Amino acid sequence: MAKSKLEEINRNIYDIKNKDDYEYKIKKGLTKEIVEEISKQKSDPEWMKELRLKALETYNKLKLPTWGPDISELNMDEIATYVRPKTKLNSSWEDVPEDIKNTFDKLGIPEAEKSSLAGVGAQYDSEVVYHSMKEELLSQGVIYTDMETAVREYPELVKKHFMKCVPVNDHKFVALHGAVWSGGSFVYVPKGVKVDIPLQSYFRLNSPESGQFEHTLIIVDEGASLHFIEGCSAPKYNKVNLHAGCVELYVKKNAYLRYSTIENWSKNMLNLNTKKAIVDEGGQVDWVSGSFGSKISMLYPMSILNGKNAKTEYTGISFAGGGQNLDNGFKVVHNAPNTSSVVNAKSISKNGGKCTYRSLVKITENAKNSKSSVSCESLMLDDFSISDTIPVNDIQTDEVEFSHEAKIGKISDKTIFYLMSRGISEEDAKAMIVRGFAYPISKELPVEYAVEMNNLINLELEGAIG
Amino acid sequence: MGSKLLEIKNLNVSAEDKQILKGIDLTINKGEIHVIMGPNGSGKTTTANAILNNPNYTKTGGTIIFNEEDITNLKTDEIARKGVFMSFQLPEEIPGISVTNFLKYAKNKVTGEPVKIFQFKEELKQYMESLNMNPNNIERSLNVGFSGGEKKKNEILQMLVLNPKLAILDETDSGLDVDAIRTVSKGIEMFKNENNAVLIITHNTKILRSLEVDYVHVLVDGKIVKTGTSELAKEIEENGYSKYKK
Ligand SMILES: Nc1ncnc2c1ncn2[C@@H]1O[C@H](COP(=O)(O)OP(=O)(O)O)[C@@H](O)[C@H]1O
Ligand SMILES: [Mg+2]
Repeated sequence: MAKSKLEEINRNIYDIKNKDDYEYKIKKGLTKEIVEEISKQKSDPEWMKELRLKALETYNKLKLPTWGPDISELNMDEIATYVRPKTKLNSSWEDVPEDIKNTFDKLGIPEAEKSSLAGVGAQYDSEVVYHSMKEELLSQGVIYTDMETAVREYPELVKKHFMKCVPVNDHKFVALHGAVWSGGSFVYVPKGVKVDIPLQSYFRLNSPESGQFEHTLIIVDEGASLHFIEGCSAPKYNKVNLHAGCVELYVKKNAYLRYSTIENWSKNMLNLNTKKAIVDEGGQVDWVSGSFGSKISMLYPMSILNGKNAKTEYTGISFAGGGQNLDNGFKVVHNAPNTSSVVNAKSISKNGGKCTYRSLVKITENAKNSKSSVSCESLMLDDFSISDTIPVNDIQTDEVEFSHEAKIGKISDKTIFYLMSRGISEEDAKAMIVRGFAYPISKELPVEYAVEMNNLINLELEGAIG
Repeated sequence: MGSKLLEIKNLNVSAEDKQILKGIDLTINKGEIHVIMGPNGSGKTTTANAILNNPNYTKTGGTIIFNEEDITNLKTDEIARKGVFMSFQLPEEIPGISVTNFLKYAKNKVTGEPVKIFQFKEELKQYMESLNMNPNNIERSLNVGFSGGEKKKNEILQMLVLNPKLAILDETDSGLDVDAIRTVSKGIEMFKNENNAVLIITHNTKILRSLEVDYVHVLVDGKIVKTGTSELAKEIEENGYSKYKK
């Protein structure tokens, strides 16, 4: 059976390549001149320009991580860090250029906007090309806009929070992000406002040998609530593309934020993304994450529970096929009494793919009466795929409830035989088992994304039997 | 007597280089109920698996004809779609797939037609009532956390929904209490008609009481050593297999 061929060509909608038709593409590499040029192109205020240059200095000083997947193939001299598409920011899809609009159409974004979203942002390469939000949210004082507009129009709010949750010196790729960031979304939900319908930002990288460095900053003020969805994808190229976005979430007292991601980057992508949330007293942040794409992913969303009774849940799944190394996980710091964290992580690997669950649970001395329960489960679909769990637990007080459970398994022949004896083909039986395995995660996703995830699983498994 | 449904000729099967079945001959006609009895390890489950061509068992000789078609080397799912069903001695657990969704999916595969949801749900409800099954179980993951009895009843439910031409029941009654055995028996009665057939693998006659058994075969060490009527089942229940062992 023709297998890998089929897989390569069958990512269908995700793989639609538009012509690399930009208005401006900065020359490849990473120098002070390039960073200054980006800053100029974006008409940064002075403080932002300084932040970029300082970040570049930090980048040059910091070393590559000494753990995790080998990313030595990344050569910043071969990456263009800023690509401006041939359009401005639009508030109507009609005004978005045809080829770009078509891409988002095929990804189902305008459709979802009509049926199930309260607002949408769409980024194409380095700039947001579309942003819109329902009138009623506007009148409640909700702000949802692209990051550049936010820097211009809400300077105090942005300056106070921008790269304060994730400091520039956090690690090398955060520093890189600080130097060349572009695009992303800014959300502010005022006190007590409950946004019942999700907002969604979608990030599409079309340009080859380039990087996407969007910055997402969300502030959910006291007693407010929000569900934010982030989607990302790119068509496949032969050379490496880089994604080093940054997500900063501020969940104030008694506020609630659910942050859902479906990541389906192409398999030439290095996804070195950083996401962090700071949660105040009684607040809660829930992460839901599906990671399917990328050649290499190093992604460890982090919750810092700073106020008493703060909570966090992480529900995540990674699916690695041949040539993919997905090093994902979750970090949580319990920094106050009565805080709680619940982790439910799953991974699937096949065709020699590698999934690692890397985690940190830190419970400080302050965090008396806190609870943390971690469960991670991996499924390997063949004998040459790899799965690993690397937990670090740093528990500094006795007055906690902590549990960690890890399971690694394979699809058994018996189970496949059982399903086949009910008329189900081997391929469908495997897909069914995998979908069932992923179900506790997919049921947490918005419906369209759960469907998309099942489609991705089917795509991934198509022709996987040979 | 109906026409031939299944014909096994000189079936030899091995697993991991061990010869398990040593020349089985068995013919089942439409409308019949056959019973296989035999000591533990004699090859009963292997026979069932070989009919469905479980790839973990190797056929070293013989043929299996089903409905005038050679199914010896077809894939398990193809055989199932032709109308062979097996109730497993140890049903598998499938997390994250609900009983309803599973059955809907399987029914679609087996019949090759779209499943009419409303009708399907009604049908399911009625079958579950007749089998004294907890209606809430259909939304649970298939067999996960089910008791032994619930799993076996769930197999019978699948048989009723998929409505095969030949149902092979591998020790479906083992480990069940008296009431549950009666329920399973009732399920078989509901299923049985002139155009299908049942092959029951069992150790005791309780499950057979309300059924009209046509033939009883005694399987010892991979061979059918005796074939008789339901009287033979009673005799074995009383006296055991020692007489048939060498
Ligand atoms: N997959 C297998 N690999 C090796 N030996 C097997 C396998 N399955 C069954 N056997 C052996 O074949 C014999 C018959 O097994 P089985 O058909 O399960 O017996 P029964 O159902 O009559 O109790 C036993 O000795 C058993 O250990
Ligand atoms: Mg057996």
